[in-house]
Amino acid sequence: MESRATRIVLGIWVALVLVFLFGPIAIIAVYAFNASNVQTWPIPGFSLRWFASAWANREIRSSLLLSLEAGVIATAIAVLLGTAAAFAVHRFRFVGREAVSFIVVLPIALPGIITGMALNSFFVFWGLGLSFWTIVIGHATFCIVVVYNNVIARLRRMPHSLSEASMDLGADSWRTFRLVTMPMISTSLIGGAILAFALSFDEVIVTTFTAGAQNTLPLWIFGAIRLGQRLPEVNVVVLVVTAITFIPVIVAYRYMDQSTDRSR
Amino acid sequence: MSSAHETLRRGGVPRRFSGLLWRNPRLGLGSLLAPPLAWFILIYLAALVVLFVAAFWSVDPFTGELDRTWTLDNFRAILTSDTYRAIALRTVAMAAAVTVTDAVLAFPFAYYMARVAGPKLRVALFALVLLPLWSSYLARVYAWRLILSHDGVLNWALKLVGLPQVDIGYSRWAMWIVFTYIWLPFMIMPLYAALERIPGNFFEASGDLGARGWRTTAKIVFPLALPGLIAGSIFTFSLTLGDYITPVLVGGPGSDFIGNVVYANVGIANNVPFAAAYATLPLLVMAIYLLVARRLGAFDMM
Repeated sequence: MESRATRIVLGIWVALVLVFLFGPIAIIAVYAFNASNVQTWPIPGFSLRWFASAWANREIRSSLLLSLEAGVIATAIAVLLGTAAAFAVHRFRFVGREAVSFIVVLPIALPGIITGMALNSFFVFWGLGLSFWTIVIGHATFCIVVVYNNVIARLRRMPHSLSEASMDLGADSWRTFRLVTMPMISTSLIGGAILAFALSFDEVIVTTFTAGAQNTLPLWIFGAIRLGQRLPEVNVVVLVVTAITFIPVIVAYRYMDQSTDRSR
Repeated sequence: MSSAHETLRRGGVPRRFSGLLWRNPRLGLGSLLAPPLAWFILIYLAALVVLFVAAFWSVDPFTGELDRTWTLDNFRAILTSDTYRAIALRTVAMAAAVTVTDAVLAFPFAYYMARVAGPKLRVALFALVLLPLWSSYLARVYAWRLILSHDGVLNWALKLVGLPQVDIGYSRWAMWIVFTYIWLPFMIMPLYAALERIPGNFFEASGDLGARGWRTTAKIVFPLALPGLIAGSIFTFSLTLGDYITPVLVGGPGSDFIGNVVYANVGIANNVPFAAAYATLPLLVMAIYLLVARRLGAFDMM
């Protein structure tokens, strides 16, 4: 066991890293209530007026809607393809099996500009004009790995004897899938889907290569910060987006808690 | 509900289909693997190959037409230009600096999570590390712009303790801080996964054999944590290498990354071959990195 002194030093280190991680987020929260439109510290006073102004901004609302739609569709595609790939790799032995997990991780393991450029050149090559759907295709491509990793991790932990027992007891393979396999992987599917959506909802780099005239919410924020325009509204949007992502994290955290309990 | 159940019992479509798949494993494998594989090969891998080939093409400077004759001009331009070399070096150096900084920050944290914290605290820390990862990337970059700006929190705090003001709002220091901050959770998670797998009795055995704390850390913990460290470094290194948003937002003048040049050539200059040639640089670096990482077992930690 570690000595008392070591434990204290480590504890202080952990506390400092947590301050480093959450300090900036706390500061964002304060700036959203800034009464002034000039960004100085400490803020001169509290006000809610930028919330109303951000909500009234049509550009913000349409880009938020676009991000939600693209995220949901991309997540759905990622869930279907990622789960299929996970089952194939888990259940079958075939040539190139090892390569699958390598291929699916490439879009996020390779630098974002490369994934962005590759997708961009694919769309240009086939004459597909950049649109809502090119955004969706791009997002789905890098979201698949998240679902795949989650599902395959669960499948590996799941004893094969359970589905064998089910089939010995007379259930056919569909019934076994529905009543035995599906309930056991459902939490990992939900966790993977949430993470995939969060990844899509927040993505900027690949999106700049795959979006045409459309603005996703991150693209709108990026443009506004770069040009130094509408910063008071940016403060609000950024705070709301951060707050919204906390909900799925808490949900996923509960699933994670259950799954670690089960493994013990 | 019950009628749906009846259909299923009599042999609904999914049931008949799944039975067919069960009797023909090859068909089952095909129908599971074909859609994701087709997606990746058609949309992504083929495009990557085309991209690599396009790096050897050129663009007619007058008409803007793509010229598909094989040429090394793009690579020659990159290698002989001081500017492009400097940008490439700056990007790789920053990625390395960020990776090392994150490793230093993350190791004691992950060690505390795996070895010192009780089960409850461990789960809480796990969630706390994930939380910023899932909050907006841009929000976190922007937060540092507010903190480091001339009238920001940093200068306010420095004034409070009587230190001179600093102006690092748009500089390499700012980029270094922001990258380190944003990718830190990516380093903590795999490191923790690796450290957690070390059986407790390894520590006892090392202690029984006479090794002191530091020696155990160097000889037992570090080698066993290495796959986790490398898994984390894949993220921190690759993510920094491919980023061009942070240089735009906090970098200030003269801090272009490879990504900025690539983006400018795709979007504005419309010189995809040159952009592709320049982008092969991080691609090569990451390909080597990933192959080494795979050999060292880092993929089991992701």
